[in-house]
Amino acid sequence: MIAEKFNYEAPTTIKEAIQLLHEHGDEAKILAGGHSLIPMMKLRFAAPTCLIDINNIEGLSYVKEEDGFLKIGALTRESDLEHSDLVRDKYHIFGDATKLIADPQVRNFGTIGGNLAHGDAANDHPAVMIALGAEVEIENVEGSRSVSIDEFFYGFYMTAVQHGEILTEIKIPAPAGRFGSAYHKAERKVGDYATAGVAVAIELDADGTCTKAGIGLTNVNPLPMRAERSEAALVGTKLSEEDIANAALYASEDCSPSDDLRGDEDYKRHLVKVITKRMIHRALGRIK
Amino acid sequence: MKKTITLKVNGTEHTVDVEPRTLLIHLVREILSLTGSHIGCDTSSCGACTILVDGKSAKSCTLLAVQANGKEITTVEGLATAEGLHPIQEGFHLNHALHCGFCTPGMMMRAIELLEHNPNPTEEEIRWGIAGNLCRCTGYNNIVKAIQWTAAKMNGSELPSTEPEFV
Repeated sequence: MIAEKFNYEAPTTIKEAIQLLHEHGDEAKILAGGHSLIPMMKLRFAAPTCLIDINNIEGLSYVKEEDGFLKIGALTRESDLEHSDLVRDKYHIFGDATKLIADPQVRNFGTIGGNLAHGDAANDHPAVMIALGAEVEIENVEGSRSVSIDEFFYGFYMTAVQHGEILTEIKIPAPAGRFGSAYHKAERKVGDYATAGVAVAIELDADGTCTKAGIGLTNVNPLPMRAERSEAALVGTKLSEEDIANAALYASEDCSPSDDLRGDEDYKRHLVKVITKRMIHRALGRIK
Repeated sequence: MKKTITLKVNGTEHTVDVEPRTLLIHLVREILSLTGSHIGCDTSSCGACTILVDGKSAKSCTLLAVQANGKEITTVEGLATAEGLHPIQEGFHLNHALHCGFCTPGMMMRAIELLEHNPNPTEEEIRWGIAGNLCRCTGYNNIVKAIQWTAAKMNGSELPSTEPEFV
């Protein structure tokens, strides 16, 4: 299958890329990993008149701890995150998520920035970033601005990244207390979107009281969703079985899954309940 | 408007003019006439089009040819040398790891990167590692055996038996 015709630009700086976005108008699209965009173009669901390939811009691919944040460059590939020692030792949630995203070849190209900027509630990083309380750095002609992940997703394929802007970095505040995290999605086969997915990040103080809880849900709501009632049910508790069961129940009640080929609404709510419970336990098991 | 790109394929440099919408697999198969890499699903699911781009396994039906500008590409045609088959080719041959052969070039290219990252993979790691490659003959058991055999061969350790198992 061949996409409709388009112009192709390969800038080497962010400034140049932003300028090209302005020159080419609304129908220009950023090409990062391209593993969501190119299939859509081949199927002619998308027909941008210009692709602005940002892969030749240096310095957008990194995973590092700096100024109290874990910083992930927008062009960091899923496979880079999968093989990062820093992530493997400290942020287990990314190991869980990347292993379940598409397949190894797709992960060699797909980027973390693209996974968010695509604005699809079926993608996995949105829920992970919600659980981790991430901030998203966006650059435009005037400079850069930071948007909380809770204000990032607007609608289907719509995010806070406006025309003429580029997502450049994801910033995750370093946990203050003892920290554990986990992600799982139920999928029908490798490379499928989640039937339901749950991301959990938990912080405990010295005596085991939960000081912070982040719970994000994948593909069971029109937008990537924070399970606020579930988080509130955990914070301040010692995370008894009952507290965890309540959190899981609230997540299953508060999401809005729709019936589709992956399952009906009741089944998906049940999955959310089961996976939430398991991921809270898995995150706790990882707290040293 | 066509773009001029230069890339190295199996060690040979090529300069070609392509439309931006030309897919890398079409450049490889139709312009460079290297038809070893196949087009299966054309939707980045099956892995038949897997080639190496700067050493990374890639689904070339989901990359634009212009994205390969300045890159080094390896396809199945680039594996064998004057000395003989690449160990992965030998492994697939000796372990009967192909039925119809359609998935084989993509499987082998994927396995090469897998073994580079993980020279001693477990069976589970191999199965996860080739999760993006479908074998329509469902010949996965022998494909896994072939990759295990190749790992042993490349590590210089004792070679597993290539006798077929009857179960």
